[in-house]
Amino acid sequence: MQAYIYDAIRTVRGKGNKKGAMMGVTPVSLATQVLKELRQKHDFDPELVEDVILGCVTQIGDQGANIAKTAAQLSGYGDHLCGVSLNRFCGSGLEAINQAAAYVKSGFSELLIAGGVESMSRVKMGSDGGAMMLDPTVAINGNIVPQGISADLIATKYGFSRKDADELGYHSQMRAIQAEKEGRFISRIPVKDVNGIDILNTDENIRPNTTVEGLASLQPSFAMMGAMAGFDAVAINRYPEVEEINHIHHAGNSSAIVDGAAVALIGSKEAGEKMGLNPRAIVKAVAVYGTDPTIMLTGPAPASRKALKQAGMSVSDIDLFEVNEAFAAVPLRFMQDMGVSYDKVNVNGGAIALGHPLGATGCMLMGTLLDELERQNKTTGLVTLCIGGGMGIATIVERI
Amino acid sequence: MKNEYFEYTVGEDGIAIITIDQVNNPTNLFSFGFIQEYQQAALAAIADDTVSGVIVTSGQRMFMPGADLRELKTLGADPENQFRETMKVHQQFRAIETGGKPFVAAINGTAMGGGLELCLTCHHRIAINHPKIKLGFPEAKVGLLPGGGGVAKTPYLMGIQNALTYLLQGLEVRPDKALKDGLIHDLATSQEELMAKAKQWISENPNPVQPWDEKKKRIPGGGLQTPNGFQTFMGVMGNLNKMTHGNYPGMNYILKITHDGLSLPIDRALEIEARYFIKVAGTKEAKNMIRTGFMEMQAAKKGKARPKNEPKYEVKKLGILGAGMMGAGIAYVSARAGMDVVLKDVTMEGAERGKDYSRKLLQKKIAKGRSTQEKADTLLAKIHTTADPKAMEGCDLVIEAVFENVELKAKVTKETEAVLDASKVYASNTSTIPITLLAKASDRPEYFIGIHFFSPVDRMPLVEIIVGEKTESKAIAAAVDYTVAIGKIPIVVNDSRGFYTSRCFGTFVNEGMYLLEEGVPPAMIENIAKQKGMPVGPLAVHDEVTLTLSKHIMDSDPRKATSPEMQRAYAIVSKMIDNGRTSKKDGAGFYEYPKGGKKKLWEGLGDLFPSRVDALDKTTVAKRLLHRQALEAYRCLEEGVLNTVADGDIGSVLGWGFPIFTGGALSYIDFVGIQNFVADCDNFKAQYGDRWQVPASLRAMAEGGKSIHQFKQQARATA
Repeated sequence: MQAYIYDAIRTVRGKGNKKGAMMGVTPVSLATQVLKELRQKHDFDPELVEDVILGCVTQIGDQGANIAKTAAQLSGYGDHLCGVSLNRFCGSGLEAINQAAAYVKSGFSELLIAGGVESMSRVKMGSDGGAMMLDPTVAINGNIVPQGISADLIATKYGFSRKDADELGYHSQMRAIQAEKEGRFISRIPVKDVNGIDILNTDENIRPNTTVEGLASLQPSFAMMGAMAGFDAVAINRYPEVEEINHIHHAGNSSAIVDGAAVALIGSKEAGEKMGLNPRAIVKAVAVYGTDPTIMLTGPAPASRKALKQAGMSVSDIDLFEVNEAFAAVPLRFMQDMGVSYDKVNVNGGAIALGHPLGATGCMLMGTLLDELERQNKTTGLVTLCIGGGMGIATIVERI
Repeated sequence: MKNEYFEYTVGEDGIAIITIDQVNNPTNLFSFGFIQEYQQAALAAIADDTVSGVIVTSGQRMFMPGADLRELKTLGADPENQFRETMKVHQQFRAIETGGKPFVAAINGTAMGGGLELCLTCHHRIAINHPKIKLGFPEAKVGLLPGGGGVAKTPYLMGIQNALTYLLQGLEVRPDKALKDGLIHDLATSQEELMAKAKQWISENPNPVQPWDEKKKRIPGGGLQTPNGFQTFMGVMGNLNKMTHGNYPGMNYILKITHDGLSLPIDRALEIEARYFIKVAGTKEAKNMIRTGFMEMQAAKKGKARPKNEPKYEVKKLGILGAGMMGAGIAYVSARAGMDVVLKDVTMEGAERGKDYSRKLLQKKIAKGRSTQEKADTLLAKIHTTADPKAMEGCDLVIEAVFENVELKAKVTKETEAVLDASKVYASNTSTIPITLLAKASDRPEYFIGIHFFSPVDRMPLVEIIVGEKTESKAIAAAVDYTVAIGKIPIVVNDSRGFYTSRCFGTFVNEGMYLLEEGVPPAMIENIAKQKGMPVGPLAVHDEVTLTLSKHIMDSDPRKATSPEMQRAYAIVSKMIDNGRTSKKDGAGFYEYPKGGKKKLWEGLGDLFPSRVDALDKTTVAKRLLHRQALEAYRCLEEGVLNTVADGDIGSVLGWGFPIFTGGALSYIDFVGIQNFVADCDNFKAQYGDRWQVPASLRAMAEGGKSIHQFKQQARATA
């Protein structure tokens, strides 16, 4: 039994703040819009779909009470359609795909929808509290620090300069602009209001006037926090070889806070036949891997190695990579660790330019990857994300 | 009604007064005996229809400065029983709080720890606004946490951030500050006003409710589960971790109780507090901090080390030779204690410069409102400057604090003995030269002793008294009595190069240099030392004492010729000095000291001592830095340089900042486990050489499963 991806689509991404175009759109509406669009696009029998697995990180308020089932109900597929919300932090959207693939590959399910949703403008990141950052038993013993400190720690420990990070931020923007200009985001849909009017039909965060010089003038975002709240010292507790943290990250070389949703249609070969659809790709391998939670964001490389091993592949077999640009240091460290050239990584820009709607990003990256593999007529791709708590997640797909 | 704890009276106005006056204790203490009697009386007052309210006050100078720490031992080893007993206490206090009658704490003296928690069980707190009265929760300083409701209740009075500052830092504040922060409700200027205000409040508030019992109970500034609360709490946690590296379970538990309990009904929060209080009371950290940091230091401060049969040696007039930094500091602390001080230097100008030190300190104090011009003038009038050796005539004690040079010291000894009464004691403040050697210049070596101060003298609490070969007990008594009189803590050690403190401290500094030479990144050495509780890394502290001094000390140490270890240290120090890296003072040592900026490890270190992150694992680095000091301390004990384990512990904590939570450099051996310690040292000896040789007596203790506190004289004999 194999698991196939029949499609992967996403909404545009709106700025996740008070001025963001999509602030007025509830996350349930975002998820419902991609679900409806998926059905409309392929005109399959909704009865075939069994379950909707949605990643969502901040499951409180608008995103509480199982947003996956809520959106499934609202999407009109029918009462039979179930929904489950999951939280693997920033890896949630990819985790949803991996779980769906596992259901299909095991034979327990034939056809599922997997994806994610996050309205960061409406539901503030971190507003769900949690023991990881707040419970002294966890946080003090584990030397837990906020992610920005971890990202700066990666840069310090592995020798990435402010300039390295700014250049990556710059290229993320330029690549996204180029992709936009050439219309490469073919699996992207606009977000509409109740009348069918487009609220937003392009990714809102892209900044065409970005310059390296402009980025160089930005103040580091986490220096104050590192000093005032003691977090630099906490990180050094775990990494005593570091004399002081070099704070290189800022708004221009870290992922943007945005709203958005994405879904993928995942099923068996038979399900495809029933729908009359050809699969776009096969899921070759999936993996998660945990690393030290203080540095937190170095999981993509070991998770990718684990997936490669599972697939019986080597890193050179991969044509294109999507490595989530949570912070510039994350793809920089991934490329350094794996020996991968930037020519193959995030070729249409990443979360620095486009934004990182936490629970949805993993699925969005999959859609971006499939579009690009097809455009370049390449075969194999790998999606990976760093994840809170030190985890990493990776999925390898191959075009059919 | 009157018992051994308090007197209970009811006035004609129907107001009961509980006047705490514990006749069998040195001061009023929060003890199980007291609590039981108090709760009985309080509950009886609530049941008594003729009583309208209760005022709790003290019949002593202090209201109640804390709990009776001696009782922790009597709690027993059964946590279930401890929990039951603690909860009983809470339930009774809660019955008093919710009994429907007003209780007012009339705080007429210092109320801390359990004493202040007693006040928190009262609905209203008024204190006499006297600067000598202190309020606060010092428990964290002895490794504990306020277990009488202090952790659960304080956030209701002043918000999370402020409460945690009080609880974690063990702040002790004056009544006016306590009022500002919400710890108390009102101030009074006199005992009469205090009682009048208390009575008035009772008459106006017949049925008060505690803030944690109000229907709409709220925490000032918001609870923990709010965006503001998250941020505050994370910042507090981060900063605690920064300061303590997680080494103090009591402080971690204060945060844990707050995190777990703050949103709960108070009774459930108190239950959480009780569970962690019992947990922390059983930790070795708390036991170490209570034993070394409280019991033993208190005993030492009272002069436990003095020979019992010697009469008290009173120092009315003190002579000081050399008005440099040390002499100037000694002059200040001695004059502060009421002694007449003769401060001598080679020139009158030099002596006056030494006196300027006191002038500057006093000016700062006045500026901060901690002294007055009048008091300062009185103190300064006690310091008489001179350039004349004959001015030492009539002194009860002379302390020599001239440059560390044997010939110079011999010269001033002879000059002084020419005029000093033959029955008086002469002391040297040397930090490294053996006293027996210096005493050779003396006509009366029996009255020659070492009194080793630490710098800066006015802030460092320890004095290391060094007994030379011929020193007699009268001189020891004199040195101890003098130290006690100036309010410092003496330890008495026997002569040895570097005595006790400098000798052990030196091993820390040297081990740091060896690690550097072996390729451990300098940041790792420094950070791991701090993580394990040392206040400063071995390289930074070496910059402070100066590498030139290290070199000078080794140059004058005859053992250098035969000790490969010392030659190794000497070579490293020389290499640094040859590269112009001498000290913090010169702005260039292991660190760079940019003007107005933070010190930063010198980049050139990487060329002199190439390093690799994986040169050595972190655990080994940590053990080498700490074990090494403890092993040297043990050798001092075995050789008889130290007389007691307590002296070794106190000397290490106060002398060079050895982490208190381990109990001190000797208790550290128990802290890591004596068998582990010996095994580690054996392992290190095989890898790193003879400095790790385990003394036979220590090995025997480990094999016998003994505690370091069971060290006996016979262990020495078998050595």
